[in-house]
Amino acid sequence: MTTRRRRGQPRLPFLLGILATAGMALFLLPVLGLFSRAPWTRLPALLGSDIVTDAIRLSTVTSLAATALSFAVGVPLAWVLARVDFVGRSLVRGTVALPLILPPVVGGAALLFAFGRRGLVGAPLEQATGLVLPFSAWGVVVANTFVAMPFLVITVEGALRTMDRRYEEAAASLGAGRWTVLRRVTLPTITPSLVAGLVLCWARAFGEFGATITFAGNLQGRTQTLPLAVFVALERDRDTAVAISLVMVLISLFVLVSLRERWRGTL
Amino acid sequence: MSGGLKAALDVRRSESFRLDVRLSVPAGRTTVLLGPNGAGKSTAVAALAGTVPLDAGHIELGGVILDDPANGTHVPTESRQVGVVFQDYLLFPHLSVLENVAFGPRSRGIRRTEARGRAWEWIERLKLDGLESHRPRDLSGGEAQRVALARTLAAEPRLLLLDEPLAALDVATRSQVRRTLAEHLGQFAGPRILITHDPAEASLFADEINVIEHGRVTQRGSVDDIRLQPRTRYAAEFGGLNFMRGNARDGRVYVGKHVLHVAEHEVAGPVLVTIRPRAISVHLNPPEGSYRNTWSTVVARIERLGHRVRLLTEAPLLLAVEVTAEASVELGLAPGSEIWLALKATEIGVQADSAAPGHIS
Repeated sequence: MTTRRRRGQPRLPFLLGILATAGMALFLLPVLGLFSRAPWTRLPALLGSDIVTDAIRLSTVTSLAATALSFAVGVPLAWVLARVDFVGRSLVRGTVALPLILPPVVGGAALLFAFGRRGLVGAPLEQATGLVLPFSAWGVVVANTFVAMPFLVITVEGALRTMDRRYEEAAASLGAGRWTVLRRVTLPTITPSLVAGLVLCWARAFGEFGATITFAGNLQGRTQTLPLAVFVALERDRDTAVAISLVMVLISLFVLVSLRERWRGTL
Repeated sequence: MSGGLKAALDVRRSESFRLDVRLSVPAGRTTVLLGPNGAGKSTAVAALAGTVPLDAGHIELGGVILDDPANGTHVPTESRQVGVVFQDYLLFPHLSVLENVAFGPRSRGIRRTEARGRAWEWIERLKLDGLESHRPRDLSGGEAQRVALARTLAAEPRLLLLDEPLAALDVATRSQVRRTLAEHLGQFAGPRILITHDPAEASLFADEINVIEHGRVTQRGSVDDIRLQPRTRYAAEFGGLNFMRGNARDGRVYVGKHVLHVAEHEVAGPVLVTIRPRAISVHLNPPEGSYRNTWSTVVARIERLGHRVRLLTEAPLLLAVEVTAEASVELGLAPGSEIWLALKATEIGVQADSAAPGHIS
C-alpha cells in the first residue's frame, strides 16, 4: 500500500502503521477472498434465479420495515430513557442493550416464548387478530427489529443526553409546545446521530441471521432472507452462495459509505 | 396588554445555594440585575422564564399569575410570553435567519406565509435584510445577537429578559449592538430585565439597579445611588468608575454647566463620560502644571477603603475621588473641606451615548 503524505500531516509511526495494516487486513482479506472466488461469468444467471430474487426482495422489504418500526418506537424509547427519570431505568436500559450481546439464536428462542403460537403474547394476539408471527414475513421483521433496534436506541439516547438542552428552553420561551420543540428543535439537532443510528440499525437488520432462522424459519419467498439463502446455498451450490454474498457486500458498502459521507460534519 | 412584573423568587438549588429575591418592574422600565458570577442572576432568569420551578414566592406579570407554588400554579414556559435573549444567542443552527425569527409566530400556530411576513418586519427593523437565508454559523457575533433579538421580539413577549446579551461580543461590535439594543429596548412596551457584569451597560440601560450577591439583593437603587453610596464591596467596585452623561463638541464635553476638556475630538453629540477615581488629583490651592481640567469643589463625604480614601465631591460634578490615606491626612481632608481637583484630558473616557433620547443612528 502506498500512503499519500500531505503537507502538515504527521509522519506515521512505524509500529502504528504495522498494527493498523494488520487491523485493516482482517477486514479486507475476507472481502478479497470473496471476490477471488466469484464466478463472474455465471453471475447474472446465478443472481437471476428464483431463490436469489425472492431473497433480495424479502431482505430489502423486511430490513427497511424493521428500520421504520425501530424509528417509530425506538426514538420515543430513547427519549424516555434520556429524559424521564423513573424507577428501574437502568434495568430497562440494560434490557434494551441485551440483544447486542445475546447470541441471536437465544434472542430468536426468547421471541418464540413471547410471540410464538403458545407464547406469552402470541396466543392472545392470534385469538384477537388472527396474526401469527412465527414463520411469516412479519416474524422476520420482528426478529430483525429485536436485534437491530438497540443500535438506534443507544445512538439516539446518547445524542439526546449530550445535546444542549437550552435550545429546547429557548424554543419553549418562544411559545413552542413540547411536540413542536421535539419536531422542530430536538430531532433536527440530533439528525446526524439519528441518521447514523438508522444506518447501523438497517445494516444490522439486513445481515440478521440467527434470530430470524430461529423465530421465523427458513421458507423461501416468505422468511428466507439473503443471509439465510447464503446459508442454504453453502451446502448445495457454493457459487450461488458467493454470488449472494457479493451482492450483500456491495449493497452494505454502498449504504455505509455514501450515508456516512453525506451526514458527516453536517450541522 | 402590557403590564408590570411583580415577583418574589425563592429557589433552593442546593443545600448551600438559595435565591431569595423580590423584583418589581413597571411596564416600559428596565431593571438591571448586577452581580458577580454565581450570585443567582441566571437562576432568576430561569425562574422568570419558567424553566426552574419556584420553591416559594410568586410571579405575576400584567395581572396574570405565572407562578404560585402555594396554590400549585405554574404556567409552562411556552405559555408565559416571556422573551429571553441569551448571551450565546442560542439560534437554531439548522434553520435560516428568517426561519429563526419566524419560529415564535409559527409556534403560536400562525401559518407559514403569515409568520414569515411578520419575521420579515423584524428583519427589516433590525437591518438584517440580505442575511435572511443565512445559517447562524455564517453570522458574525453582532449579527447573531441582532437575529436573536429579532427572534425574541417577533414572539411578542410581555416581559423581556436579557441575559448578558453583549458579553460574548468583542469591544467594537459591542458598542454597535448596544446601540441597537438601546433603540429596541426603548420601543418595547413591557417590563425589561437586563443581566450584566458591565458597569457601563448597567448605567446606560438601568432605570433601577439590583445588586445581587449570594442569592440576595444587597442593594437596590438608581445608578447614582449605587455609584455614590455603595453598600458592599462588589457595589463599590461597580462604582469604581465615575459615569456622567454629557454633550461633546470639538474636544469639549458639557456636563451640565461644567466643561471638561477631553482628548477625544471625533465624537459629537450625547456621550457617556467615564473617569477613574484615582485619575483625579486633589490639591488645596489651584494646581499648576499640564492639567487641562482644574476646578474647585467641596468634599461631601469621606470613606476609608483600606489604604485608600474615597472622597465624594459636590457641585459642579458629583464624583468619587480616591487618594491614599497618607495624602488624605497630609491635606487634612474632612467633609466640608474646600479643595481643587485636577484631571488630564487623556484620563477622561468618552463614548457615544447611544441610549440617549434623540440619538438613533
